[in-house]
Amino acid sequence: MILIWLFMVPFIGGLLCWQIERFGVTLPRWVALTTMFIVLVLSLYLWHTGDYSQTLLGSHGNGHWVEQFSVPWIPQLGISFSFGLDGLSLLMVVLTGLLGLMAVACSWKEIARNVGFFHLNLMWNLGGVIGVFLATDLFLYFFFWEMMLVPMFFLIALWGHNIPGGTSRVFAATKFFIFTQASGLVMLVSILSLVFVHYRATGTLTFAYDALLHTPMSAATEYWLMLGFFVAFAVKLPVVPVHSWLPDAHSQAPTAGSVDLAGVLLKTAAYSLLRFAVPLFPHASVSFAPVAMWLGVIGIIYGALLAFSQNDVKRMVAYTSISHMGFVLVGIYAGTEQALQGVVIQMLAHGISAGALFILCGEIQERLHTRDLREMGGLWANFSYLPPIALFFAAASLGLPGLGNFVGEFLILLGSYKAAPVVTIFATSGLILAAVYSLMLVQRAFLGKPKNNEKLSDLNAREVVTVVTLMLLLLGLGLYPQPVLDLSRASMAAVQEIYQSGSEPLAAASTTTTMGSP
Amino acid sequence: MLNLLFVVFLSPLLGFIVLSLGRGRISQNLATVIGVGSIGVSALVTLGAGIQLLSHMPADGAYTQVLWQWMEVGSFTPRFALRLDGLSLTMCGVITGVGFLIHLFASWYMRGDEGFTRFFSYMNLFVASMLFLVLGDNLLFLYFGWEGVGLCSYLLIGFWYQDPANGSAARKAFIVTRIGDTFMAIGLFLLFRELGTLDISQAMATAPGHFEVGGNTVTAIAFLLLGGAVGKSAQLPLQTWLPDAMAGPTPVSALIHAATMVTAGVYLIARTRVLFELAPLALHWVGIIGAVTLLIAGFTALVQTDIKRILAYSTMSQIGYMFLALGAGAWQAAIFHLMTHAFFKALLFLSAGAVILACHHEQDIFKMGGLRKKLPLPFWSFIVGGGALCAVPYLTAGFYSKDEILWQAYAGGHLNLFLAGLFGAFLTSIYTFRLIFTVFFGKEHSAANSGHGLAYTLPLIVLLALSTFIGGQIHLPLALVLPAGPGEGGGADETKIALLSGSVAVIGIALAALLFLGERKFVKWLKNSTLGAPLAAFFGAAFGFDWLYDKLFVQPFLWLVRVNKSDYLDRAIMAGAGSLQSLNGVLTKTQTGRIRWYAASVALGAVLVIAVAVLS
Repeated sequence: MILIWLFMVPFIGGLLCWQIERFGVTLPRWVALTTMFIVLVLSLYLWHTGDYSQTLLGSHGNGHWVEQFSVPWIPQLGISFSFGLDGLSLLMVVLTGLLGLMAVACSWKEIARNVGFFHLNLMWNLGGVIGVFLATDLFLYFFFWEMMLVPMFFLIALWGHNIPGGTSRVFAATKFFIFTQASGLVMLVSILSLVFVHYRATGTLTFAYDALLHTPMSAATEYWLMLGFFVAFAVKLPVVPVHSWLPDAHSQAPTAGSVDLAGVLLKTAAYSLLRFAVPLFPHASVSFAPVAMWLGVIGIIYGALLAFSQNDVKRMVAYTSISHMGFVLVGIYAGTEQALQGVVIQMLAHGISAGALFILCGEIQERLHTRDLREMGGLWANFSYLPPIALFFAAASLGLPGLGNFVGEFLILLGSYKAAPVVTIFATSGLILAAVYSLMLVQRAFLGKPKNNEKLSDLNAREVVTVVTLMLLLLGLGLYPQPVLDLSRASMAAVQEIYQSGSEPLAAASTTTTMGSP
Repeated sequence: MLNLLFVVFLSPLLGFIVLSLGRGRISQNLATVIGVGSIGVSALVTLGAGIQLLSHMPADGAYTQVLWQWMEVGSFTPRFALRLDGLSLTMCGVITGVGFLIHLFASWYMRGDEGFTRFFSYMNLFVASMLFLVLGDNLLFLYFGWEGVGLCSYLLIGFWYQDPANGSAARKAFIVTRIGDTFMAIGLFLLFRELGTLDISQAMATAPGHFEVGGNTVTAIAFLLLGGAVGKSAQLPLQTWLPDAMAGPTPVSALIHAATMVTAGVYLIARTRVLFELAPLALHWVGIIGAVTLLIAGFTALVQTDIKRILAYSTMSQIGYMFLALGAGAWQAAIFHLMTHAFFKALLFLSAGAVILACHHEQDIFKMGGLRKKLPLPFWSFIVGGGALCAVPYLTAGFYSKDEILWQAYAGGHLNLFLAGLFGAFLTSIYTFRLIFTVFFGKEHSAANSGHGLAYTLPLIVLLALSTFIGGQIHLPLALVLPAGPGEGGGADETKIALLSGSVAVIGIALAALLFLGERKFVKWLKNSTLGAPLAAFFGAAFGFDWLYDKLFVQPFLWLVRVNKSDYLDRAIMAGAGSLQSLNGVLTKTQTGRIRWYAASVALGAVLVIAVAVLS
């Protein structure tokens, strides 16, 4: 039952935010804050009470979820309202709760128009994300996947920024929507095909994840269906060359939208690759792995190069996200235990560090009324807290040991080296490029001659608490990641097992080759 | 005391935290107490722990203190654990001892600077990271410190952040060393794949059974680790960042870019000695890199005019000697030279700092002159420190270590290394005393006022004493960690070699006196001769490495970035959207609202369909 509440709380909270605005403008903020706090507490309660050490899925038969909930929804079509939770999804929910809190906190001053409706969209988006992390029915999963799209569209289109001389916020929102929607439809086709393939093979029509896991199908069918899923996730992650909605969306989105987008929304893609694309299509994923890993490497390098050339600081951080998510893609398809555990840490660490960088961008913009790096410089003299804090997160972004990003990237590379040395060597060059762009960001924004000597208003208590919390969490991930690793170990071991068994010859294929694709 | 080992790094770490939280709120005096005191505590604990370790030496020669398990991912189980043996004790002694003196001096040097507290917070963080590097019992923990010192080096080189040149020097230092670090990281991946562990003692114990001598894999690992070492230690081909790093405040140059961080590469190779012994080719190259670097740096130092850059090139060249020693199998001699070098180079940098402040931030040696009367303490420091750098026989610490290196290289049959070292010693004498004669003798060029106070005199006097033969008598407890060199126990030629290297140093100094004391007619003539002028320019540009790397790497990178600034992949995809839009435009035009056009197109369509049906 608690699973239902995890995503119902944001939905109800969102409605409340919307309606309560008539009684006061700050009320929706407090409601939203409370809502996300409840989500966080619920997820931490689940962490505290559950036993996440059992392997799920297994290579044979169905594993078990630590928590699950299921009621029929459209029984005629085998669609049910079912949720399941394991270590991986719990971690993602915790991250969502945490960054949700931060997103509400960082828009406290920034959003002045339609405060209630803004928070409705934010809450519903986060609710949709939590739904994606929990759904164990493919129809329901797709429902949530679309669900998180629409509120995000409004967040960008209604509360975004219009950059003079740049693209408009409506353009950015539309671009985001079309990229995601188009690729989502490809995934829908794949979902339906998978269900029909399963129906032909077994005679039962079902969208249930557990049932579809070991659907027998021919190698070619498996490959095409896997590609359908992969395209949707590749757009969302994002993978170069379908990445370009991200910089536009980020540069136009309000701060909360950026935090949400970089911190949580991108993680739904990585999560879905681990949860759906790889386990549902093990053999295809194994044979596709080299391609995916090279795509990851291209993303690392391409994102880093473009990050270096940006003048808009939010666009720059957006491109660094593309670079960092490249590591995630490499790790997912390397499939060794270290690489997969590294992916988990990297997702959390990137969520926190990129989220924090976007919050800082927002704070700079509030004070300077610009995000153009050419108009900054020497800010170290104008603030006393903001620059060192930004330096901290820039150091995280370049992979400084002691912070979470290092653990993530090092584990990914260490684990991938066993599987694919050449890919890993190219990916490792990302460490140099990350240093180049991170230090350039610090230089252009904070060092050099100050433009003027006036002291700008420094971070207030709310802002300090927000970023310092994120700093401490990043340090915790960097120095003692074990609690997180323990939580995700079983889920990742299951994925790793898929890679081990997936590289064996296709046992089921011989019996099903006659079926072909639907 | 040994169980308090963690205090050695905790104390500077706490210093960093307190100083960075108290920025702008605590006075300079309090910041001095915290910043310098934390290193003092650390030095005292090192002393106590060292005495205890040496008096009750454990059977395996090391004391290990496990702090906590960092992570456990399958078979990858690095932990935070400190390991104190003879080698790390030596390093800790240098870092905290010399580090304390430099911190003390810095409290004089930096007084009145706006960023006084920030300076000490970075310095404390540096010392903590450097201690991680040498105390870490596994290579990942070592890498933690390795990257940490890199960041602190970046922060301190760019300490005076308002000048963009400093920022650029700082970035260059970080990025060039990061390139080396990346090689090292790949080496660690490879090592882990082969041995399944990054624990140093475990890896060193299993490596001889796992690899065969001269095998491809172990050679690759050794070369990759060497990549990390040359980056950090500013050796060929990643040496270009060190001269620019002199943009930082002078105590930073003394601590990071002379005494401690830049010798980390030497430490790394000594620490992973077993791997290098399994890869003779890599070890051979360590020696060659050292020899070539020391010669290039020596030639370059001959024509520099900035007092700190001369010292920077001399540092590069002295680390070249350490690499040469490693390559010749003289492991203990390399670490011995590391220590004496820390003494005399810290002394030289601190007194250079005293000179620079006295001359109101003038760094060009030709704008100084005749300073020996006004600045007696820096003058004598330069005489002793410079003498040690040139290895003046029997009187200075540098002689004992450098002579040991040369003797070992000779005894081990590395004649080419020996000759390079000998010639390098000759160059060293010339450029060192060129500096000393120019700055302290001759006509007085500038007004100078001497520093005073305990924080000024004490560090100089202690380091001065350590740079004499006193420092040369220190016996390092390395016997259990590093093997004896090929010439251990003496030999027939040992005295001859000592006399030879000693006389080379003295001849070099005499030649420098001839060339640079007085009118310098010969030097001026040489500088303007047809052969001399381009050669001087070539040396002055440090053999053109900066130019070459700029053309090879920086410009292509910037070109790539510039060309794709607007993200062509995005353009390509949006072109798809654009073509749909224009198609929409075309199709919209067909909706004219005229019935006959519609009727005509219906008819035409029907004809086409029928035609296709009939003809196919």
